[in-house]
Amino acid sequence: MSANLSAILYLVSGVLFILALRGLSSPETSRQGNLFGIIGMLIAVTVTFLSVGNFSSGFIYVLIFLAIGGSIGAFIAYRIPMTAMPELVAGFHSLVGLAAVFVAISAFINPEAFNLGTPGNIKLASLIEMAIGAAVGAITFSGSIIAFLKLQGIMSGAPITFKGQHALNALILFSIIVLTFYLCSTQSANLFWILIAVSFLIGFLIIIPIGGADMPVVISMLNSYSGWAAAGIGFTLENTALIITGALVGSSGAILSYIMCKGMNRSFFNVILGGFGATEQSGSSQSKEQRPVKSGNADDAAFLMKNASSVIIVPGYGMAVAQAQHALREMVDTLKKNDIKVSYAIHPVAGRMPGHMNVLLAEANVPYDEVFELEEINNDFANADVAFVIGANDVTNPVAKTDPQSPIYGMPVLDVEKCKSVLFVKRSLSPGYAGIDNDLFYKENTLMLFADAKKMTEDITKNL
Amino acid sequence: MEIDPFIFRLSIFILSIFVGYYVVWSVTPSLHTPLMSVTNAISSVIIVGAIIAAISGNEGVVFTSSSIYGFLAIVLAAVNIFGGFLVTQRMLAMYKKKKKDK
Repeated sequence: MSANLSAILYLVSGVLFILALRGLSSPETSRQGNLFGIIGMLIAVTVTFLSVGNFSSGFIYVLIFLAIGGSIGAFIAYRIPMTAMPELVAGFHSLVGLAAVFVAISAFINPEAFNLGTPGNIKLASLIEMAIGAAVGAITFSGSIIAFLKLQGIMSGAPITFKGQHALNALILFSIIVLTFYLCSTQSANLFWILIAVSFLIGFLIIIPIGGADMPVVISMLNSYSGWAAAGIGFTLENTALIITGALVGSSGAILSYIMCKGMNRSFFNVILGGFGATEQSGSSQSKEQRPVKSGNADDAAFLMKNASSVIIVPGYGMAVAQAQHALREMVDTLKKNDIKVSYAIHPVAGRMPGHMNVLLAEANVPYDEVFELEEINNDFANADVAFVIGANDVTNPVAKTDPQSPIYGMPVLDVEKCKSVLFVKRSLSPGYAGIDNDLFYKENTLMLFADAKKMTEDITKNL
Repeated sequence: MEIDPFIFRLSIFILSIFVGYYVVWSVTPSLHTPLMSVTNAISSVIIVGAIIAAISGNEGVVFTSSSIYGFLAIVLAAVNIFGGFLVTQRMLAMYKKKKKDK
């Protein structure tokens, strides 16, 4: 196949990838978008086979390895529970990162295969692109592994900080630049290996100080990195499809990180420098005093809801942990049978990744037109009878609006307290991730329901 | 003077960032999780590099020090391609509209 024709076809697959993302602007077009993405990928892979044009024994092995990876991927995709989506995405990011590293290594060892020169005499531009691709890929890999371990609970979600952390990170980042510079002048393989090793290390160090609830930002950021890594390799291979895709994914992840940071009213650097939960906890614990709390049982909650005419549900990470989404939908079905209007309010940073709550509700067959974003629904709380907060905490805390001293001051929150009554499903009175007490617990019109989220919702349904 | 082809690729790259910027802002927030999984799948187009690396070994020898990395990258990227697109499809299939009769 001529180089021009394959370049045009790579462009076509790049355009199809753009359409794949475009499709996600509404749920109706999204499935078609995904199909465009699959076609784009098929074109890219087929064109690569045809342009290499070498159908020797190596080709058979390519197909075999493709089938191995493909079946593992398909198996995971069908078996993974929806609550584990953040871990899955983090895991997948690590694979893209590692694949980028491997391609860069292969290109470094055998540059002739990619028309980049000969070993020890690689074109300068290619070498820089390769080094960038490998370094960013390595950072994506080790960072995503840490994110995966934290989300999976294998590693503690608490931030891990130590003295001189920032200085060390800055030093390592600086050394990556120096190494790239020397790599270009000496073409030394040893320097290339050291560069990769140091990048693995920095990826690890960047993510360990970030706490569990900041994971939405981290996952989005790693999503972005995996895109830049792909783009770096795209420049090395002079491949348009990879360059376009890398740029798309890179900017997509960056935008998601921005949205998540805004949802917490924190700057990107504040999140990345980490240690949020650890530093704030000490301040709030002293001011804690015993205040009266009204607590109730499923019967009380059912009574309140039965007499309501509209109910707003506020789900949070606790719903995902308790896998309560199906029980919740059954409760809502019962409410709807009694002609009670029900809607769902989703805070941008609820859960552990962007859109986490929406996926779980969709899994439980909640129609997406009953689910609203913060700005869309926040004015409705004043007119609603009952707010049912299930597994959320900080995103409802009115202190963010009233107390400039509070660490979450300025964060957009759901105006749950404006409802006539608030039902709070929670396992204990313990403060949320930010380590601050929630004034809502002590309000006149708040009823605390201390129980596992799933069990409580089931009990309420029985009592309705 | 001739323009270095690198400049053309850089132009494509920069313009794609802008395309990505506007396209992603139009993605509805409720689909942000599928957005992440589908971007994950498409970034595995890096498999084209892996295939080139794997096939263009020496004549007759399939596994060389460089092609072995290509094969490993093929496996990783394939996991991602199949896993990413399928899981996205599975998620998107769940987003349903309210039934009219209710």
